[in-house]
Amino acid sequence: MSFEPKNPVVKWVEHRLPIIGMMHHALYDYPTPKNLSYWWTFGSLAGFMLVVQIVTGIVLSMHYTAHVDLAFNSVEHIMRDVNYGWLLRYMHANGASMFFIVVYLHMFRGLYYGSYKAPRELLWWLGLVIFLLMMATAFMGYVLPWGQMSFWGATVITNLFGAIPVVGEAIVTWLWGGFSVDNPTLNRFFSLHYLLPFVIAGVVILHIWALHHHGSNNPTGIEIKDKQDSIPFHPYYTIKDLFGMAIFLIFFSAFLFYAPNYLGHPDNYIPANPLVTPAHIVPEWYFLPFYAILRAVPDKLGGVLLMFGAIAVLFALPWLDKSRVRSARFRPIYKQLFWIFVIDCVILTYVGGKPAEEPFILIGRLATAYYFLHILVLLPLVGLFEKHKPLPASISEAVLDKKPAAEGASNA
Amino acid sequence: MLKMIKSISAAAVLSVMAITGANAAGGNIDYKSVDWQHTGMFGTYDRSAAQRGLQVYREVCAGCHALELVAFRTLQDLGFTEAEVKAIAAEYEYVDGPDDEGEMFTRAGKPFDKFPAPFANEKAARASNGGAYPPDLSLMVKARSGAENYVYSLLTGFEEAPEGFDLPEGMHYNEYFPGHKIAMAPPLFEDGVEYSDGTKASVDQMAKDVTVFLAWAAEPKLEQRKNMGLKVILFLLLMSGIFYAAKRKVWSDVH
Repeated sequence: MSFEPKNPVVKWVEHRLPIIGMMHHALYDYPTPKNLSYWWTFGSLAGFMLVVQIVTGIVLSMHYTAHVDLAFNSVEHIMRDVNYGWLLRYMHANGASMFFIVVYLHMFRGLYYGSYKAPRELLWWLGLVIFLLMMATAFMGYVLPWGQMSFWGATVITNLFGAIPVVGEAIVTWLWGGFSVDNPTLNRFFSLHYLLPFVIAGVVILHIWALHHHGSNNPTGIEIKDKQDSIPFHPYYTIKDLFGMAIFLIFFSAFLFYAPNYLGHPDNYIPANPLVTPAHIVPEWYFLPFYAILRAVPDKLGGVLLMFGAIAVLFALPWLDKSRVRSARFRPIYKQLFWIFVIDCVILTYVGGKPAEEPFILIGRLATAYYFLHILVLLPLVGLFEKHKPLPASISEAVLDKKPAAEGASNA
Repeated sequence: MLKMIKSISAAAVLSVMAITGANAAGGNIDYKSVDWQHTGMFGTYDRSAAQRGLQVYREVCAGCHALELVAFRTLQDLGFTEAEVKAIAAEYEYVDGPDDEGEMFTRAGKPFDKFPAPFANEKAARASNGGAYPPDLSLMVKARSGAENYVYSLLTGFEEAPEGFDLPEGMHYNEYFPGHKIAMAPPLFEDGVEYSDGTKASVDQMAKDVTVFLAWAAEPKLEQRKNMGLKVILFLLLMSGIFYAAKRKVWSDVH
């Protein structure tokens, strides 16, 4: 299905810059597996949340003041005096959480259906880069209201870099722009918080480019083999994604309008005070699993390395997973391990928000150990020894629920 | 899809449990629980309670605690007329200027002014309060886990220190304050204010009233928010229905 414009203006533009044809191909006739479930909605939802964050963020920045003496009250000015400022700020603050929820579901979907396997390794990598950029952006955004958790969160996290041997202290000073978290820190965080979402948008384009090169994975994990297996993106997936988005927006609205501070921390409604440390410094919920891993190691440098390692190992996933079958649907053992891994991540989240005392220290260590055990040991081993279920010959066959062709399998 | 809804719900329940458990860190005190009129999906601020609460704030709390984020004009939200708001503002004095001669001058408060702080700065506040700093109350309800119930419990939680409790000079025992040692003396006493609407000013009543007022001060847009939320969610439900029908129609030819 090539793009052949009839409109003379479109024709004229297309002849000089084939951008409309490119968009047409990407959003209209992009051949998509016809069996995508609603788990595949979270990709476009993540893109939608990025737009929500950028739009609300740009308007918020028109009313916000990045200065240690003014930031806190400028946020309250937005909440009280700016028309619909409360709506914008709650959208932005809860939107960050929604963005992470969507991205975590998107990532777990990728893990379940083996979407990271060849030839989609770079697609997976680009997704992880987006995830890292999101974490940096969210962290710096949380500092901007300059409440107690903003300040102390910034202090704790920037201090992590002090664990680097020899140059650690110099790096921390460089990050702060001084000798403590102060006005220069707030200013640069604001600048970078405004910049990074656009970098994310750029990487998203690469992510979609890589996606469209080989096409979406699907619940069977089998590639599209002929025309029967695919349908054009529009109208089939545009309408499916719109329905998914409407449902998701109801979920978002429930937080936004009825529990806007549920995911936040009360201490961040206390202005930052460098002389008073909060009883418990906890990061935002989406960082809690990594915070738990950080604290699982008694040594600071070890903890930092392990925390970054938790994400670094995800980059190696396409090579650690030895199975030639993508979808957990046909991998009985991996399927069980996947859900144990999900529970392990929930446990890490829980422990990350608890004070560093028993029994949470022990639980945190065990959960951390299991996180790495799953990725570094179980995943490669399962791939080698697991006997997978018979794969259907094609997507169409799987959809029509025909008797699957035996492919080195024990039973049907 | 049903399977997916099941998985998502299970994941959601687990995550909420994880996050709730996580957020509960440290805040293990059981506060007295009041059924506030403004909580819940359709909750609105109890106007007369909030108006009485304003009186408690002005006559009791304002001696030590600022309310720097609240402008007089916003009191209209609580049912005061414009004239009443002007009168309330005019009871305060503000240093303004400089005028055309370069002199600072004193003027009566205007609706656009915010509640004046009782002390010039933190040092002055500490000097007058035995070294303790009475915090600004504008966001107090949102700044404590326990929210309204915390403020109410604290205000009604002053007791004799138990036998053997080490209470330093100038501190007071409060059941609900972390560590139980609080510099603030019990602020509320029976008939400490005289309510113009004839409500009996018991300690419990005043504590409830001022808590409602402070809840409003911390979250003045609560009613607009819930009101809009209802409309948005109803709209989204309708939209989901239409999208779902459209999706069924579009997909009907895919086999």
